[in-house]
Amino acid sequence: MRISGHRVGIGPSIGFLVILLAIWAAVAGPMLAPYGPNDIVGDVWGPASAQHWLGFDNLGRDMASRMLYAARTTISLVIVTTCCTFVIGVIAGLAASVIGGWLDIVLLRVVDIIMAVPQLILALIVLSVLGTSIPVLIGTIAILDSTRVFRLTRAVAMNITVLDYVEVARLRGEGLWWVMRREILPNSLPPLVAEFGMRFCFTLLFIAALSFLGLGIQPPATDWGSMVRENALAINFGLAAPLIPAAAIAVVTIGVNLVVDWFLSIHGRAHGEEL
Amino acid sequence: MLLRLTGERLALGILTLLAVSVLIFAGTELLPGDVAQAILGQTATPAAVAAIREQLGLNQPAVLRYLHWLWGFLHGDLGRSLANGRPVAAQLDFRLLNTLFLASVAACVAVPLAVVLGILTAINRNGVFDRVVNMLSLSAVSVPDFFIGYVLILIFAVQLGWLPSLAAVTGSMSLGQRLVAVALPATTLILVVLAHMMRMTRAAIIGVMVQPFIETAFLKGLPRWRVVVQHALPNALAPIINVVAINLAYLIVGVIVTEVVFVYPGIGQLMVDAVSKRDVPVIQACGLIFGGTYVALNMIADLLAILVNPRLRVPR
Repeated sequence: MRISGHRVGIGPSIGFLVILLAIWAAVAGPMLAPYGPNDIVGDVWGPASAQHWLGFDNLGRDMASRMLYAARTTISLVIVTTCCTFVIGVIAGLAASVIGGWLDIVLLRVVDIIMAVPQLILALIVLSVLGTSIPVLIGTIAILDSTRVFRLTRAVAMNITVLDYVEVARLRGEGLWWVMRREILPNSLPPLVAEFGMRFCFTLLFIAALSFLGLGIQPPATDWGSMVRENALAINFGLAAPLIPAAAIAVVTIGVNLVVDWFLSIHGRAHGEEL
Repeated sequence: MLLRLTGERLALGILTLLAVSVLIFAGTELLPGDVAQAILGQTATPAAVAAIREQLGLNQPAVLRYLHWLWGFLHGDLGRSLANGRPVAAQLDFRLLNTLFLASVAACVAVPLAVVLGILTAINRNGVFDRVVNMLSLSAVSVPDFFIGYVLILIFAVQLGWLPSLAAVTGSMSLGQRLVAVALPATTLILVVLAHMMRMTRAAIIGVMVQPFIETAFLKGLPRWRVVVQHALPNALAPIINVVAINLAYLIVGVIVTEVVFVYPGIGQLMVDAVSKRDVPVIQACGLIFGGTYVALNMIADLLAILVNPRLRVPR
C-alpha cells in the first residue's frame, strides 16, 4: 500500500485500520448497539454469549453495547480536547514568534511555570475547585497541554520567521494574521501533524486516567475509563471485565502511535526526539 | 565557576518552587468557584456560607492568606482537613513514607534497567533485539497504567495466587513483608516508567552517535561496543540524566493511578479522595509535595548534568 508515494508497512497499516475502526465505532456505535447503555438485561458480570459478545457489566448491562456508546463519548471528547489544545497552542506559538518582544517573554515564563508541575497534579487541583463537568475537563486539559504545542510551534516558527519570504510578505504590507496563517503555518505543518497524533494519545490516556479516578466523565454518561472503574472489582473474581475497556484504550493509542511513527519516519525525525 | 553555576541553578530552583506554590495556591483560591460555596453545595444558606468563609479566613486578602499558608507549610503546619477537621500533617505522615517507599523501589529497579536496555538497543540499532524491544516499549508507552496493573493482578494474584492483590502495608511489617506487599504495584510502575526512559535513553545515545568524533572512533577500527560505551556514553550522560529526571515525573503521575488500583495507603490515594471531597487544604498540601518533588528532581538532574559534562560549565 502507498500513501502519496510513501510505502506503508504492516505496522502503520494496522494503525490506520484501528483509527478507522475507532472513528466508525464513535460515529455509528449507538446505532449498532443492540441494547441501550443503561438497560439491565442480564446477571451481574454474566458470561459472554452469542447475544452478548462481551458479557455483562457490574449492574448486568450489556458490555458490548456500553462499549459502543462509550466509544462515542471517549473519541469525540478526545478529538475536541486535542483540537482546543492545538488552537490555543498554535495561535500562542505563532504570535510569540511573529510578534516577539515582551509577549514572547511573558508566554515563555508562564509556560515554564505550568510545565514545572506534573499535569495530573494541576488538573486535580483545578477539578477540585471547579468540579467535574465536560467543559471544565476540556478547558483544563486543553490549557495545560497546549504548553507543549506552544513550545513546538514557537521553535518551528522561529526558524521560519527569519526567512526571506516572510520578510517579503511583511514589506508587502501584509497583516500579522495573514503572515501567521499564509506564510508560517503551512511551512511548519509536518511536525505539527505528528504532534497532533501524540497529543491525541496523551489526551486519551489522560482523560481515561481521570475517569478511572472517578474525576472525569460522570454517570449516567460513560467513557472507557469510567467503565474500567465501574468493573474494577470483577478482577478479584478472576473476570476480565475491566480489561475490556482498558484494552480498547490501549489499542487505539497503539494504533495512533504506529501511524505517528510512520509519519515521523517519512519526515525524518525519530519518535520522541526533540527538535 | 562551578560554585557560581551551582548557586545560580539552586536560586532558579527555589524561585521555581515559589512560583509553583503560587500556582497551586492560586489554583485553589482564586478560581471562579468559591471554596465555601463548593463545600456546602448550592442549597447552602448565605449565613452558613459566611460562617465557613470566616472559619477559612477567606475574608482576608489573597496575598496575606498565601503568605500565611506558605509560612505554615514551611513550619510543618499544613492546616486542618475540611472533611474531618484533623490536622493535614497527621494524615500525611505515614502515607508520605508509604508513597516514597513504593516510588523508590520502582525507581531503584527501573533506572538502571532502562539505561542498560537503552544502551543495548543503541549498540544493536535496527537489529532484531532493537526492533523487538522498540515494539514492546511502544506498546508499553501506549497502554494505560491501570491496564498493566489489572493484568498483573489477574495473572499473579488471582490465577497464580503468588502475591496479594491489595497492597496493604502496616507499620509493624518487616522490610521483606513490605517488599512482597508492594511487588505488584512496584512492577506496574516499573513497566510504565521503563519504556519511556529506555526509549529516551536510546534516542540520546543515537543523537551522540551521528557526531564526527564517533565516526573517527569507528574509522580507527574500534569495535561497536567500545565506541558506544567509551565514546558515546560519557557524552550522552548529561541528556540521559535529564531523561531520568523527566521520567521520574511519570513516576509521580503513575503513583497516583497505581495507588488507586492497588488500594495502597499513600498520598496519591489521599489526594484523589480529597479532590472528590473538595478538601482544599489536603489538596494543596499533596499538590505542593508532588510539585515540589518534581521541581527538586529536575534541579538535582541539572546539577548532576553540570558535574558530568564540563562543557556545560562554560557560559555560552
